[in-house]
Amino acid sequence: MLSAGVISSHIILAIVVAIPSVAWFKKVTLFESFLEGASNALEVTVKLIPYLIGMIVAVGMLRDSGAIGALSNLLAPFLGAVGIPRELIPLGMMRPFSGAASNAIMFDLIQEHGADNIIGLTAATIMGSTETTFYLAAVYFGAVGVKHTRHAVPASLIGELCGFIASVFICRYFFS
Amino acid sequence: MFNIIWYSMVIVAAIFSIINGNVDQVVGNIPLNAKKAFDLSLSMVGVMAFWLGLMKIAEDSGVTNILVSLLKPIMTRVFPEIPPNHPAMGSILLSMASNILGLNNAATPISIRAMQAMQKLNNNPATATDGMCLFMVINASSVQLIPTTGIAALTAAGGLDPSKIVITVLIATTCSTIGSVLACLFFQKAKLFKNL
Repeated sequence: MLSAGVISSHIILAIVVAIPSVAWFKKVTLFESFLEGASNALEVTVKLIPYLIGMIVAVGMLRDSGAIGALSNLLAPFLGAVGIPRELIPLGMMRPFSGAASNAIMFDLIQEHGADNIIGLTAATIMGSTETTFYLAAVYFGAVGVKHTRHAVPASLIGELCGFIASVFICRYFFS
Repeated sequence: MFNIIWYSMVIVAAIFSIINGNVDQVVGNIPLNAKKAFDLSLSMVGVMAFWLGLMKIAEDSGVTNILVSLLKPIMTRVFPEIPPNHPAMGSILLSMASNILGLNNAATPISIRAMQAMQKLNNNPATATDGMCLFMVINASSVQLIPTTGIAALTAAGGLDPSKIVITVLIATTCSTIGSVLACLFFQKAKLFKNL
């Protein structure tokens, strides 16, 4: 069976071959174009550094302080009442802040409950249907130096919540 | 928005670190996390250079224009402020394609390229345009088709059929995308968060 990783390597290779091939046939000076594009990278990265340091340090403080755990406990009775399993709440709370930390929570849940248990399957579904909103906002807007991001983050968080709730109920329908 | 988010994160962290009595750990990790963020930024330069170079070839050879012309009716409706033949359209499409395919290393630089192209059309460079917000919101709702991380974790834990989450992820991620796009359009129309 072809794994997803193997498939995406082949797609990448196809892109890396296809784009210069079109350029070759269109007689574009392709390596000059490559250099021109690539020379932009350091500048972009330098712009990103302050945004990422600000975001990652603040997320680290939030995580280390136990705030996310405490908020999860606070919300657990209410969310439990509408049918959200208590075990999944820390995952949902951590997800928009840190990809690495929420990944670790997913791994723990799968190890603890088993890979064929509904909690583990739901955790994996949540990870697949949501993104690290705060990191993404820092990278996207940091790279172009935008400071006022308007409704981008609130709207993304609403989407994140939709993905979380949908995952819980869809997995209940399919796996229990 | 960054102002409010950042301030609340720091204040909430400070309050809970005092309540939980782990101020030492919280403060001790600040320099470590700052270094981690710096290293992470620098570690992106190489892969960023490669994909930005490749994207420039795609632009100069008209590959992105071919893609755009195929999807022009949809794209001009979703991003009305971007002229149909502007390079931003092509970068946006390529970014979405790479996110859908889950090409993680490539997706970030390509998305940054799209943001740069949109920034060139921005009359007010400190403030995000409607198009930038919608673009970020769509990518943040996770449009990846195959949930590779989840499947890998389930496989590692000895799952019998980990790929069965493909269908649940597909439905859930459609919900998250619809929800965030609707929220985005609503906030935009209602002019909430206008100056944040």
